[in-house]
Amino acid sequence: MAKASSWVRHVESFVDSSRSSEQQKASINAIAELVKNDLLTIEGLVRELELYLTTNDSVIRARGILLLAEVLAQLHSKPLHHASIHFLIGFFTSRLADWQALHGALVGCLVLLRRKKDVGMVMGNDARTLAHSCLENVQIQSLALHDRKLCFELFRCLLDMHPEDVATLGEDLVHGICAAIDQEKDPRCLMDAFHIVRNLARLYPEPSGPVGGYASELFEVLSCYFPVHFTHLKVDDTGILREDLSEALMHAFCASPFFEEFAIPLLLDKLSSSLHLAKLDSLKYLGSCILWYGANRMSKHAKKLWFSLKDVIFHFPRNSSILVPKSIEEKDSLSYQIAEEALKCLRAAISQFSNSDDDPFSSLIINDEDIEMSFLSGTEGRSYECMSEESQRKIIAVGSILCELVKASGPCCNRVIKIFFPQLMNMLGITINGSHSPSDMTYNGRLNFGALYLSVELLSSCRDLAVAAQDSSEFILHSEWCSLLQGFSTSLAHSFGLLLQSCSSGDVNEKTRVRDASFLVKGLQILVTFPKNSLQASTASFEDILTIIMSIIVGNFEKSLWKPALEALFQIGLFVGKSHDPEKRRSYEIIVLEKILSLPWVDDSMIPLGLRLEALYSIGSTAVEFMLRVIQELERVIFSSFIKIYVVGEIKDGKTLIQLFDFYSSQVLPWCKRTERFEEVGMRFVQCVWNQIESDADFKIGFGEKDISDALMMTTKLVVSGCRVEKQVLIVQKAYSILLSKKFFPPEQLAFPSVEESLRLMPCLNQLSRKDALFVSLFASVLLALNPKTPIPDTSLILRFLMLYLLKGCSSAAQALGSLLNKWSSHDTTEPTAFILEEAIELILDKGLLEIIDDALKICSVDAGQSSSSDSCLNETQLLTHGLVGLSWIGKGLLMRGHEKAEKVIRLLLKCLLLPDNMKTTSSGENISVESGQDKHILVARSAADAFHVLLCDSEDCLNKKFHATVRPLYQQRFFSAVMPAMLSSIKDCKSQTTRGILYRAFGHIVSDTPLAAVITESRKVVSFILDALSVLSLESQSKEMVYGLLLVLSGIITVENEKEAAMENAPIIISCLIGLISYPHMMLVRETAVQCLMAMSELPHARIYPLRPQVLRAVSRALDDIKRPVRLEAARCRQAWASIASRSLHC
Amino acid sequence: MVSQLINANPVVYEIKDRPARVRQPAEEDEYGADPIDQQEIFDILSTVVVVRRLNHIRDIKDPEHPYTLEELKVVSEDAIDVDDKQSHVRVTFTPTVEHCSMATLIGLSIRVKLMRSLPSRFKVDIRVAPGTHATEDAVNKQLNDKERVAAALENPNLVDMVEGCLSKTYL
Repeated sequence: MAKASSWVRHVESFVDSSRSSEQQKASINAIAELVKNDLLTIEGLVRELELYLTTNDSVIRARGILLLAEVLAQLHSKPLHHASIHFLIGFFTSRLADWQALHGALVGCLVLLRRKKDVGMVMGNDARTLAHSCLENVQIQSLALHDRKLCFELFRCLLDMHPEDVATLGEDLVHGICAAIDQEKDPRCLMDAFHIVRNLARLYPEPSGPVGGYASELFEVLSCYFPVHFTHLKVDDTGILREDLSEALMHAFCASPFFEEFAIPLLLDKLSSSLHLAKLDSLKYLGSCILWYGANRMSKHAKKLWFSLKDVIFHFPRNSSILVPKSIEEKDSLSYQIAEEALKCLRAAISQFSNSDDDPFSSLIINDEDIEMSFLSGTEGRSYECMSEESQRKIIAVGSILCELVKASGPCCNRVIKIFFPQLMNMLGITINGSHSPSDMTYNGRLNFGALYLSVELLSSCRDLAVAAQDSSEFILHSEWCSLLQGFSTSLAHSFGLLLQSCSSGDVNEKTRVRDASFLVKGLQILVTFPKNSLQASTASFEDILTIIMSIIVGNFEKSLWKPALEALFQIGLFVGKSHDPEKRRSYEIIVLEKILSLPWVDDSMIPLGLRLEALYSIGSTAVEFMLRVIQELERVIFSSFIKIYVVGEIKDGKTLIQLFDFYSSQVLPWCKRTERFEEVGMRFVQCVWNQIESDADFKIGFGEKDISDALMMTTKLVVSGCRVEKQVLIVQKAYSILLSKKFFPPEQLAFPSVEESLRLMPCLNQLSRKDALFVSLFASVLLALNPKTPIPDTSLILRFLMLYLLKGCSSAAQALGSLLNKWSSHDTTEPTAFILEEAIELILDKGLLEIIDDALKICSVDAGQSSSSDSCLNETQLLTHGLVGLSWIGKGLLMRGHEKAEKVIRLLLKCLLLPDNMKTTSSGENISVESGQDKHILVARSAADAFHVLLCDSEDCLNKKFHATVRPLYQQRFFSAVMPAMLSSIKDCKSQTTRGILYRAFGHIVSDTPLAAVITESRKVVSFILDALSVLSLESQSKEMVYGLLLVLSGIITVENEKEAAMENAPIIISCLIGLISYPHMMLVRETAVQCLMAMSELPHARIYPLRPQVLRAVSRALDDIKRPVRLEAARCRQAWASIASRSLHC
Repeated sequence: MVSQLINANPVVYEIKDRPARVRQPAEEDEYGADPIDQQEIFDILSTVVVVRRLNHIRDIKDPEHPYTLEELKVVSEDAIDVDDKQSHVRVTFTPTVEHCSMATLIGLSIRVKLMRSLPSRFKVDIRVAPGTHATEDAVNKQLNDKERVAAALENPNLVDMVEGCLSKTYL
């Protein structure tokens, strides 16, 4: 046991109100720690505290009680004896009467009440006494916020944990709670209060109980919160939203059926409010209350309820109708939500009442005069466009009300269909099956839209009912509505079909025609998609309908009709897939799938190929077998047009083929992945590609058509990267065997120790046959997409092969080498002659590229000095540029995995940048040929500068997650901070104008490709260089993209909050640079962004920018006369911003 | 200064859905010029608002959302003549009621807005539509008199009001 003297100082420190809150907290923790470790018993603590707990000094007493409570709060998981708990709760309960020390008592009660059973909790009896004492002694509404909150929590806890014991308090409890909640305004307390009411109502369900007796008082307290008016728009520290509060209040409203006589009139009254939010809330509450109160209690409100709902539904805003496609924005709008909620409420009412015997509610609706009048006026026989706005609104309202009735239950549906459906059929001129039907039904634009709309909507609701009934295995085949519909179905389908067929043309208002036709299509679709055991379409009529809808797809193309028709076919397809009806499935396959497959595959016919592919995909996706057939056909077409293009040389189909490849990789492959058929399909594709390569036919086109081969390679890459390792092994093996069989590639030549030798012997890309050239690229593409675990056959040979073709200018080879090195983890570890990464790097870099490039550089500089105009130098230049491209990809691969060899690559690149400069110093003799040598050097240096772009950019082609690359986090940022100092110092030291331009080019690539955040942290250092780069680069038109990229970085530096020091320090030079760019002639975006940046600059501190104002205003005024409109707009804004920083007079 | 609103409840028209100008992709025609046309001038002017004052002691911007010239149909696209080559713009506006005291303020706001948005080479002509205002000639004269416009813009009260009308246009 700890000695009292050792911990009493903690007590003193807590009680002493002059101590800081940290100290007080620490002392609580110390005491609680003692109790937790059994060094101090709770009884011992109370005994020692006696003086503090009972003293006459109320401040000390309050602190003492709080101390005990806080210590107990920390012991929530420490088992305590029942006797102790009984004693403690008794103590705190008695202290509730002590208003000066109330806070501690409340905390203590709450802490004890919240204890779980396994650690010892408050007994029922004590809880009852506590509740009683609290009701007796505490005036909740006179307390401060925190204590009020505690009181509400206390009651909430009592009702949650000891309902039976508290219930014995009866009326006192209800009264007390009423008084407590009355006038409460804090949302936190209200959340608890609403919850308390809800539990209270559950506690006394009997009519004679206290809640039943005091329902009016209790509801009066609640009702003044409705509708919840909440001014906190944002979530503040309370974390409570208006929606939360409103929902809690709704639950309280629904909690007791005794609230019905007060709540329903209130809600109905608020429904007519002009405040949208009140309307919305009323509808929500009504819907919920109807369900909770039940039909019996609601029956006396039925009439009023219906009238109010009718009023709301008939006044829907017109654009929230079903006729207009909804945008997301609209769905969020309040009026749309009201419409939704009103229908939901109607649904709730109908379903509640339809369970009762006489169903008064649906009779009310059906016999309503307004419904009948609107029905009649809406179906007067005009097209939608000719209807008045009023009748448009009415017909939609009637439609939605009747649909809700139909969907509610079988009997309701019977009544509605019996009354309205025959009338509608009559209006449309459709007779019962078998009777004489008009065969001359043609579309003339005067179709009764109201009748068409209503009949289609009713059919659709009937189908919904049938589907729901099928789920609950109800038998509806012989229900009244079903046989009535069955009676019309054949002639309905026939007439709709006739109308649809004849409405493809004519001099009718375009909008009317399209709207009518899409409803006809929808009607036909619904007719054939009724579930089993309800309305059945015969196979013949099923086929007829499919044929008619298909005629829209294959016939004269009309985009506005085409989409609904396709959607209908898709829905029918899904239905057929689910229905397990082999006959219908067969018909669908023959009529729809085969026809769509047989459409011509060229882009020059009337239907755009993109849409045709969309149709193929959506029809295919209705069933797996269908899709497999689609894929088969697609493969056939792809490869036949492949042959046509490559072998026959008809490149005019190139665009089609590219589109097919795109479709294959963006739609088909993901589908295969989802359905786990990827490898089956993918392997077939790769096999086909290799077959083409192996065939004897010679290719007529090669790299000339870059787009086509790019699409082919991209698709191949995606297929390869998606396959598992085992399959990838097969693909690589196959490619390798083809490689060995190629005549241009005798492996022995690669065995030469020196790369130069083999380089000389191997044919260049343009000396290869076109097919072989394509193969080299394809092979490289396959290699770059491999999984890191896939072994590569004969690694050394393949690396050499790739390196040679890289030097000959094959960029895929460069990407492949970069990717291989990047992913080199356990490549071919299984082979005994395994290559490790270091060996590979040595082969490719140290003994390969680096050496070659170094040599070439030497030759070049010597050449230029000796002014030899031979071709050798040119070749060296070519070799150098190719080598640099290769080096950049390899460097990227290494950089991304964080390999230290990347540094060597970067150093070489930096050296190349300075090539023209070094050259100048070595050649002092001035003659003309130095100039040409100089040009070549610039060419080389420029490709070195562009290599930095490759190093840092996010490439789509390779080295990304899709193709399994290893990506070290923040590699770009690391690179930036490592290279930038060297870069900046070389720029500073550089004397020559040309070299400076090249250095800035590299600098520009680095700055614009590094994530902005990294650049901004260094903005002080780089900003002046960026400005300098902008002024140098803006002189030439070919670097406009880079100027734009740099400007975007600059705008980031100017606009990012809290990082504006750099912009502030350099304001004058930034502004003069931006003013220069305002007249940049080569790119509008540059001018626009420059003006925007200037505008952002106007927000810097006044003193800093004021002197620059006249200068800016002059420049921006010139921009008002820019040739491009967006620039003028920005200029007007920017001018205003700058003009208004000083005075109102804006004439300068 | 008016002590009460002349047209307390103006007719507010629904804004017509005009096809917004599609921004051309940048690479399309980098060096081709977009001439300043009717629609551009209308876009410049359509968001100018009419801020009304109840009395000269307390400024109350009434109603909370002042109506734009487009909503009040004070300016329409057809009433704008532009000749980019000759650097000339003529805007004809229609006051909401015949004896509208706001006509000069609206005219002044239009002039200031155009002055700030168009290149300085433009000559701007602003007129009240014939037959729509009681003192048509006087208003026209006032609006197109350089010196009177300059003098008006020296008046801090007037400038304040003009700024109020234009504040929404720079968003």
